[in-house]
Amino acid sequence: MSRRVPLGAMARMAGRRALFAVPVLLLVTFGVFAVAAASPFDPVKAYAGTAGLTATQENLDQLRANLGVDQPLVPRWWHWVTSAATGDLGDSSVMRQPVADVIAERLGWSTLLAATAFTVAVLLGTALGVLAARRPGGWLDRITSSAAYTLEAAPAFWLGLLAIWFFALKLGALPAGGLTDTGSDTVSPDQVARHLVLPALVLGVSQLPWFFLYVRQGVADALEEDAVRGARARGLAEPTVLLGHALRSGMLPMLTLIGSRVPELITGALLVETVFSWPGIAAATVQAAVSVDFPLLAALTVLATAAVLLGNLLSDLLYGLADPRVGFDG
Amino acid sequence: MADLTTKTDISRQWRSHGRTRRSTRTVRVTASALITAATVLAVLVVPPIVQLDEQAIDLALKLRPPSPAHPFGTDDVGRDLLLRCVYGLRVSLLVGLVAALVATVIGTAVGAAAAAFGGWTDRIVMRLVDTFSSVPHLLLGIFIVAMFRPGVWPVIVSVALTHWLSTARIVRSEVLSLRSRPFVDAAISGGASRWRVTARHLLPAVLPQAGLAAVLMVPHAMWHESALSFLGLGLPTHQASLGTLVQTARGSLLAGDWWPTLFPGLFLIVPTLAIAGLAGAWRERINPRRRSELML
Repeated sequence: MSRRVPLGAMARMAGRRALFAVPVLLLVTFGVFAVAAASPFDPVKAYAGTAGLTATQENLDQLRANLGVDQPLVPRWWHWVTSAATGDLGDSSVMRQPVADVIAERLGWSTLLAATAFTVAVLLGTALGVLAARRPGGWLDRITSSAAYTLEAAPAFWLGLLAIWFFALKLGALPAGGLTDTGSDTVSPDQVARHLVLPALVLGVSQLPWFFLYVRQGVADALEEDAVRGARARGLAEPTVLLGHALRSGMLPMLTLIGSRVPELITGALLVETVFSWPGIAAATVQAAVSVDFPLLAALTVLATAAVLLGNLLSDLLYGLADPRVGFDG
Repeated sequence: MADLTTKTDISRQWRSHGRTRRSTRTVRVTASALITAATVLAVLVVPPIVQLDEQAIDLALKLRPPSPAHPFGTDDVGRDLLLRCVYGLRVSLLVGLVAALVATVIGTAVGAAAAAFGGWTDRIVMRLVDTFSSVPHLLLGIFIVAMFRPGVWPVIVSVALTHWLSTARIVRSEVLSLRSRPFVDAAISGGASRWRVTARHLLPAVLPQAGLAAVLMVPHAMWHESALSFLGLGLPTHQASLGTLVQTARGSLLAGDWWPTLFPGLFLIVPTLAIAGLAGAWRERINPRRRSELML
């Protein structure tokens, strides 16, 4: 039953992808710098703030030289890349901290939220998908599918606000946002867990429709296959047929989704973290954008791209593992 | 005899099953068409004909729940929410339409050019497309809007610039599959130039696919506009769009008033589903082999 895991081939694939990721990330950073250079945004004015209105031209020029923004686009970009390679990502003006510290502080909370939401979406999506696929066109299928399409069309921030209204204000059952209770200055696991429920649920539910629809499609297709028909003919119990045979072969399209859903997860996190004031990296991105904090925004854009590439790699690895015909050549 | 009746029963059952299936599909398409038509009409006709001021403030009537006089209630300064939602939909739909149009034009041009030229052009262009598809759309949109400051045009540009990538891929693969078809060979051996083959034979053949992608992009672009506006990076707050409406409603929501949040969201969901339903029917027409699924 168990197959030897082709670790060597997987490692080679990961290595190839890592090599491929370098030019991609370089290109994305260059794109980011090019957009900033083309925009009316002036880092000196942003840095000086209201003091910039009264400062002399001499001071402004000095500041321009200090920030290194008097240089043309390409050297400035290269300077950023080389110092980023040594771990220096510049300073964030809105967080008043080095960018690296902001990321280090917030990445964990975002990962916690995203992982919980992902688990919710996968478990719930699989369960509902299998149940709906049992009788395509039945009442359960119709209700869950319509709900899924409606949810797919509903913006995550809207769902989040309605969830706050219902669970936090109407029922008073759960906190409306933040990481800890107001007035509490320690971060304790039980407080975090209670504050995590709503954002994770909303993010999970906003990711749910895709998983549900794919599992439903995969299982419904698998139920038509000969292997499943054979299992039925041998008189196996319905749960065994559904979970042991149909779900197993129907899982394949879903495995490819798990990694490729990272962009949607990031998009959802941008909205959900903002709605729930979750102290994660996505909320920081929005804050950085609102106050045009270029160093933070640039670093986070690159980080998100890296996460997407990592997700793609993960999904290809899983796909190759699940279906040996696919292999690890990509 | 008994045998015969069971047979007729089965055939009747099958036929009726088929009929119900077809009828639900017809109902779905009709409902989608009606809702889309109603949306477009409301957006086009209401503002010029109904001489009501969406900005009319009536502080005595602030935050009234839905009632016959104000079916959707009023917001925190007493503006009628139904009217605000219609105006908001108008702005969001307009942004969505323009952005989808721009994105489709760019995507079709790039995709067709990459496929028509082939070779290194194709490889380089598609690698670039791959690279920029790995940045999450909303994040790239946020970045562009942040750098160019909020406003209608930055929003349109940011949505258009993030959405042409998928159209380019679709158009390129369609053109590539068309290039090996006999009628293209016939045109080439007839002496047609590369430009003529592309413009006269290839592009018209991919237009249905590109059009479908454009239609599906409209709700997506509306969604992006709402998300950007909600984050405070889109349209200015006083300008009603579905996103700014939800954003301004946040304050009243925390005070327990749900209607200013609920209705703008519904105004986004219902047209989205309707447009997706229509696009699904269209796709079934141009490609009947593909199973019809709502695609969002």
